[in-house]
Amino acid sequence: MEEALVTGLAYAGAGLACTGMGGAAIGVGHVVGNYLSGALRNPSAAAGQTATMFIGIAFAEALGIFSFLVALLLMFAV
Amino acid sequence: MASEAPSEAHGAEDGGLVFHPMDQFIVKPLFGDSEIGVFTITNVTLWMGLAILAVIGIMVLGTRKRAIVPGRGQSIAELAYGFIYKMVEDVAGKDGVKYFPYIMTLFMFIVCANFLGLLPMAFTTTSHIAVTAILAMAVFLTVTILGFALHGFGFLKLFWISAAPLPLRPILALIEVISYFVRPVSHSIRLAGNMMAGHAVIKVFAAFAAVTVISPFSIVAITAIYALETLVSFIQAYVFAILTCVYLKDALHPHH
Amino acid sequence: MATNTTEATSHAADAAQVVEESAGMPQLDFSSWGNQIFWLVVTLVVIYLVLSRVALPRIAAVLADRQGTITNDIATAEELKKKAGEAEEAYNKALADARAEAQRIVAETKAEMAEELAEATRHADVQISAKAAESEKAISEIRAGALEAVKTVAADTAAEIVAALGSKADADVVNAAVETELKG
Repeated sequence: MEEALVTGLAYAGAGLACTGMGGAAIGVGHVVGNYLSGALRNPSAAAGQTATMFIGIAFAEALGIFSFLVALLLMFAV
Repeated sequence: MASEAPSEAHGAEDGGLVFHPMDQFIVKPLFGDSEIGVFTITNVTLWMGLAILAVIGIMVLGTRKRAIVPGRGQSIAELAYGFIYKMVEDVAGKDGVKYFPYIMTLFMFIVCANFLGLLPMAFTTTSHIAVTAILAMAVFLTVTILGFALHGFGFLKLFWISAAPLPLRPILALIEVISYFVRPVSHSIRLAGNMMAGHAVIKVFAAFAAVTVISPFSIVAITAIYALETLVSFIQAYVFAILTCVYLKDALHPHH
Repeated sequence: MATNTTEATSHAADAAQVVEESAGMPQLDFSSWGNQIFWLVVTLVVIYLVLSRVALPRIAAVLADRQGTITNDIATAEELKKKAGEAEEAYNKALADARAEAQRIVAETKAEMAEELAEATRHADVQISAKAAESEKAISEIRAGALEAVKTVAADTAAEIVAALGSKADADVVNAAVETELKG
């Protein structure tokens, strides 16, 4: 009984942890959207900033990956 | 210890899923069923060996002819070379070009391992935290040692942001130090997490394909996720390489 | 996780839990880490050696070669372009020369023709004036003749008229009178 409760709560926690991925998605969308609006205003400067955009995406995405990892740990390792 | 027998039992018992989405990441010996020692030949060995062959195929066999007007294979090799070379030059600066072979090695290994992992039945070596942690720790240690070797204790100025107002500087320094030590963690978990997540999601959808009602949806979803994973495989290798360049730049020019 | 595993294993009855642990996250199964790390290091060293010894120098050489070829080709093209420019210049010069020559010939011919024309005109003028002078002379002769004849006729007529009026006219007087009349 207690075992089942722990498992159930762990799965619930995993589900809650996955909401963090939504935040990462918003962040990545923000980065790319702002990059695009900037690039359309000044296309000549866009090429030089692509790398910066990818770095920004990577940083924003890392946090989503962390929450995904927490979810996986809750599901499989706890 | 984590061989097929228990996982099959698990799948049979679970009922919902035909196979477990994490089964694909199990490290198992290639020959026999012995314990996994340090030198055991496992599926890790096989897929890393294939990655080596892929790198040799692209970079050595492709450029065999040394043609002035490149053929298809040679174009790919030159494209990869030019892409990483330009990235190192742009991000790490002119004096970062010395470390170009090192970054090229990381990039080629990760990109080949990622793409090989997309093959059906494949084992994705870069989805293991053991692998990416070593890659990231290698980068972290190299950068830190290089920073101290080149600048001595001047390297610590990296954490002392002279552009900020004086009262804020200790706080910022603390934040900078923490973020510096989180780097290898995020660097490794980003790559492993992306690979693991994508492959696990594909497997989850593949398991749903056994249910007749939703199998068309599931197969379409697998196709879409697979396309996304192809993109992610490349982008994660790129991101890993570019972050290495960024860290390298910090070591070469620690002054903000 | 490790403690959990041992705990779960101790509950021998709960076999499913053991299965869950072992099948759970292969990434966190530390017993395989040594193996993975060993093979990863081998792989990285092999790739590094292959890239730094064979592949990268070769590609760099090919790229440098290509750059050299391109530079050479561009230089050759530049040379050829210069030559073409020179040829065009020469052609233009020849054209201009020919045009000038033609113009000169035209001008010369024109001048010659004008000279000839002037000569002919002068010649004709001379002839015409000679003819005109001749004609004038003839006309003046005729006029002089006619004047003389008028004078004679007038004198004769006057003498006859005077004679008819019954007096004798002196020829000199009559002549002088006629002269005066004609002049008046």
